[in-house]
Amino acid sequence: MVSGVAERVTEAAGLQTRQDGEAVNDFSIVVATANGTGSQTSNMTILRSLFKMGIPVNGKNIFPSNIQGLPTWYQIRASKDGYVARRHTSEILVAFNPVTVNEDVANLPPGGMCLYNSDWRSMPQRDDVTFYGVPVNEFVRDTGMKGKLKDYISNMVYVGALAQLLDIPLNQLEEALSFLFKGKQKVVESNMAVVRAAHAWTAENITKVDPFRVEPMDATDGLIMMTGNEAAALGAVFGGVTVASWYPITPSTSLIDSLNGYLPQLRRDPETGEATYAVIQAEDELSAIGMLIGAGFAGARAMTATSGPGISLMSEFAGLGYFAEVPAVIWDIQRVGPSTGMPTRTGQGDILFTYYLGHGDTKNVILLPSSLKECFEFGYKAFDLADTLQTPVFVLSDLDLGMNNWMSEPFEYPTEPIKRGKVLTAEEVAEKGFARYKDIDGDGIPYRTLPGNENPLAAYFARGTGHNENAVYSERPEDWESNMKRLVRKFDTARHLVPGPAIDEAQDAPFGIIAFGTTAPAIEEARERLAEAGVETSFMRLRALPTNGEIADFIRRHPHSYVVELNRDGQLHTILQSELPELATRLISLAHLDGMPLTARWIVEAIAAHEQQMAQSSAGE
Amino acid sequence: MEPKSARTPKVNSIGLAHADYKGRPSTLCQGCGHNSIANQIIQVAYELSIRPQEMLKLSGIGCSSKSPAYFLGQSFGFNSLHGRMPSLATGALMANHHMHAIGVSGDGDTASIGMGQFKHMLRRNIHMVYIVENNGVYGLTKGQFSATADEGQRLKYAGVNRFPPIDICMEAILSGCGFVARSFSGDAGQVRELLKAALSHRGTAVLDIISPCVAFNNDDTSTKSYSYGKEHEVPLHAIDFVPKAEEIQIEAYEPGEMRVVEMHDGSLIQLRKLEADYDPTDRMGAMHRLQWAQEQQEFITGLVYYDPDRQSLAEESNLVDAPLASLTEEKIRPSAEALDSIMAGLM
Repeated sequence: MVSGVAERVTEAAGLQTRQDGEAVNDFSIVVATANGTGSQTSNMTILRSLFKMGIPVNGKNIFPSNIQGLPTWYQIRASKDGYVARRHTSEILVAFNPVTVNEDVANLPPGGMCLYNSDWRSMPQRDDVTFYGVPVNEFVRDTGMKGKLKDYISNMVYVGALAQLLDIPLNQLEEALSFLFKGKQKVVESNMAVVRAAHAWTAENITKVDPFRVEPMDATDGLIMMTGNEAAALGAVFGGVTVASWYPITPSTSLIDSLNGYLPQLRRDPETGEATYAVIQAEDELSAIGMLIGAGFAGARAMTATSGPGISLMSEFAGLGYFAEVPAVIWDIQRVGPSTGMPTRTGQGDILFTYYLGHGDTKNVILLPSSLKECFEFGYKAFDLADTLQTPVFVLSDLDLGMNNWMSEPFEYPTEPIKRGKVLTAEEVAEKGFARYKDIDGDGIPYRTLPGNENPLAAYFARGTGHNENAVYSERPEDWESNMKRLVRKFDTARHLVPGPAIDEAQDAPFGIIAFGTTAPAIEEARERLAEAGVETSFMRLRALPTNGEIADFIRRHPHSYVVELNRDGQLHTILQSELPELATRLISLAHLDGMPLTARWIVEAIAAHEQQMAQSSAGE
Repeated sequence: MEPKSARTPKVNSIGLAHADYKGRPSTLCQGCGHNSIANQIIQVAYELSIRPQEMLKLSGIGCSSKSPAYFLGQSFGFNSLHGRMPSLATGALMANHHMHAIGVSGDGDTASIGMGQFKHMLRRNIHMVYIVENNGVYGLTKGQFSATADEGQRLKYAGVNRFPPIDICMEAILSGCGFVARSFSGDAGQVRELLKAALSHRGTAVLDIISPCVAFNNDDTSTKSYSYGKEHEVPLHAIDFVPKAEEIQIEAYEPGEMRVVEMHDGSLIQLRKLEADYDPTDRMGAMHRLQWAQEQQEFITGLVYYDPDRQSLAEESNLVDAPLASLTEEKIRPSAEALDSIMAGLM
C-alpha cells in the first residue's frame, strides 16, 4: 500500500513539470524593472485590471533592500482555478531591466513570451520563446516629460502593450488607474495617454503568435483586494488599539503606515477632533515595546509591529511582560534571518525564538494568520487575548502576506464585544479584596487593577523581580515556585482560548500535512495536484500556539504528517516534537528557505522524495 | 480635654496623614542618601496634598530603583528594567494622561544603560519628575565606577577611573529638558522645594540629586560623599516653591536679589539669588555654568535651567479628555457601517 502512495505522489510530481496546456486566464507574468522607477503603479494597474475582470489574481513583489537602482521583479499570477501561490516559472516576461535581461530570458519556460524594449542594442536570443519589441523611448519622447517622470511614463508603455497582447480592455486599465490615483483625473489622463499610444502601436505593429490571453470571468465578484499589513492595521483599529509604538523596519512599516491612515478617519471624536489613540515612533525597538508594557500596565490596548531584528531587541521586555503579566500585542512581519538577513524577502524563521522569547522559563502566546481575513480577525482578537490572559501576545505574519496584495471576502464585523479581562473596579476591590497575583479562579489568570483606581487597596507595585501573591518582593523558594507554576496553569488556559487549528481531513489519508501562515496557498494547490494523482491528503493549519488536544489528535489519526514551513531548521516541527513527545516520530520536517514564497511544485516534489524513500526502506526490510 | 489616645492625627487638606504616604520599610543601607530622598518625597506629597491614586511610581534597576517601594504605598508603581523606565513611563502616561508620575533612577540606570531612553524621553517631554539618585558607583554589584564618577577618582574595588564623567544636567539641557535641577540628598530643604516645583512642571523635570553611597563611595576624597557635599555645596540660589492656591508673600529684598518664575500651572518659584547674575532661564548660560563647575569640580545646586513653554507629549497629542485606558467600546470600536464602507472601497 505504501509503495502505491509513493508511485502516485511521484506521478503528481512528474505531472506538474509538463507545459500548462491552457493559456487563457492561467499563466504568470513577471515584470523585471529597476527599483525606484515607479513600476509599482504599472504593476498594480495590471493586477487590478485583471482582478476587476473577474479573474483570480495574486501579485508578489520580489524587491531589493534599496531605494533606487537595484533590480526588482513583480510576479502576477492569473488563475482561473483560483490558485494564489507563487509558481515556479512565469510564462510571460516583461523585460524592462537591461541589467537582468539575460537571466530573466533564460528563466522563461519553452513556449514563453517576452515583451522588451526594442531600443536596447542587444537582446538574448531563444528559439523557443516569442519576442515582441516595443520602442519605449519613442513614446516617452512624445510625452515631452523629463527626469524621473520619464521613468514612470516608460513603465506605462508595457502596460499598454501587454494589455493589447493579452486582451485587457483599455477602460479596465483606466478604471484601475483612477482607483490607484484616487480619481485624480489629470494624472490618470497623462498615464492613459502613454498606455493608449503603446496599445495602438502594438495593435498596428505586432502580430501576436503566443497563446496567452485573458477573458472576463465572474470569480472575483464581491471580493476585496489589499495587503495583509493593511488588514492587520484595520483589525487593530476595530479592536480598539489605544497606544501604538513602533520603530521603522521592513517589512512591518506599512502596517503602522496603514494604522496612521485609518486612525484619523475612524478614531477621532467627531465633535472635537480629539484622538482616542496615540501612535509614537520610538527611538528603537527596546523603547517601542517598553512603551507597550507601560501602556498595557496602565490599561491601554497597546501594540507594535516589527520584524526579526526588532524581535531580538524586544526579548528583554517580552520577558518582563510575561513575568509581570502585562498585556501587549506584537506583530512580527517575518523576513529572512539570522541577523539582518534579507530584509525584503519572506520567511517563517522567528516562530521558535518568539515562542520562548525571554530568558528563564518563558513561553509566549502566538497567533498565526494565513490570510487577509485572519490578519483582520487577529488584529482585534490579539487585544482580547492579551487582556484576557494578561500577557504579551505575538502575531506572526510575514512579508509575503504583509506586503503583497491578496484577494479576500470582505471582513466581518466582530461578533463579540471587546474583552478587557479580569480588571477590578474600586467597588470590586472593596467587596472582594485584592491580591494581584493570586489564582482565585483556578485558571492561573489573576485579577488586576489599573492606575487611577480610587480604592487605596487597589494599588500594587509591579516588578520583574520575584514576588508573592501581593506583588511584594520575595525570594522565598515557595513563592517563586508557586508563581511560576501558576504561570504554567495560565498557559494551559491559553491553549483553549487561542484559535484552534483549521483542519481539512480526508478519509484514510496516507499522511497529513501540517503548516502555518502563508505556506497554505501552496499547500492547497499541492493537495489538489496529489488528489488528481489519486492521493487524498489531510491538512491541519495551525492558527496559534500553544498547541492543544485537537492538534495532537490530528497527528495521532495519521500514520505520519509532514510539517511544511519556510525556514531551514523546521522550527514548528521542533516545537511540536517537544510539546508532543509521544508523537514526535510521526512528524517529518519539510523545511525550506531561500527567501521566496513556497510553491506547490516544491511541496509535491519534497513529499514524493520522502514517500519514495520510505517505500524503498520498507521494501528493503 | 480629649484623652490622648483618641486624638486624631494631623492631616492635610485631603484628610490624609503623613503615614498614609509611607511605603514599605527600606531595605537599603542605613544612611543611604536614597532613603533621605524617599522621605522628602513622602513629606512633599503630604504637604502638597497629592492624591496617592493620581501618582505613579516608576523605576529601572539598581539601589535607587528599589526605593519607590519605600514611599507612597497607596500609589501604583512599576519597578521595570535596567535603563528602560523612560519608555515604560511614556507608555503608561499616554495610556492615562491624568496620572502624575515620579520616576526614580540612578547614575548607572540613567547615564550608562539608559542614556538613550533618558535623552529620548526628554525630547518627547513626558510629564513626569525624573530623579537621578547619583552616587557615582554601582552598589548592588559592589563598587564599580559609574559613568558619573570623577576622572582620576580611586575606589577600592575598581581602582582608578580613567574616563571623564557624564554630567546628567548638561545632557538633560542638551536634550531639550525644560526643568533641570541639581541637589544634594544632605540638603533636605532644597530637595523638598525642588521636588515641589518639579511636580508642577508640565513636562519632564530632571532632578540630579547627589546621594552618597555609604557602602562604596563615601570617602572624604570622593565628590559624591556626604562630607564633600556638606563642605562644597554651592547653591546658586535659595529656592522656595509657592503653590498656585497660596497667597504670595514676597519679603523685602534688595532689587535684583529676588527672581520669581511663574510656572505653567500658576505656581511660583522664588529664587533668592545667592549667586549674582545667574539666570536659570538662559539655556546657554546654564550650559556654561555647568561646564565651568565641572572643570573646577564645583558642586553647584539649585534650579539650573527652567523653560515652562514646551508642551508635554500628551498635551501635543490632541487626546480626548478621558484617559485612553478608560475609553469604552463605543469610543474605540468604529461602527459596522464604517467597516462596510471601507470594504466597499477596496472592491
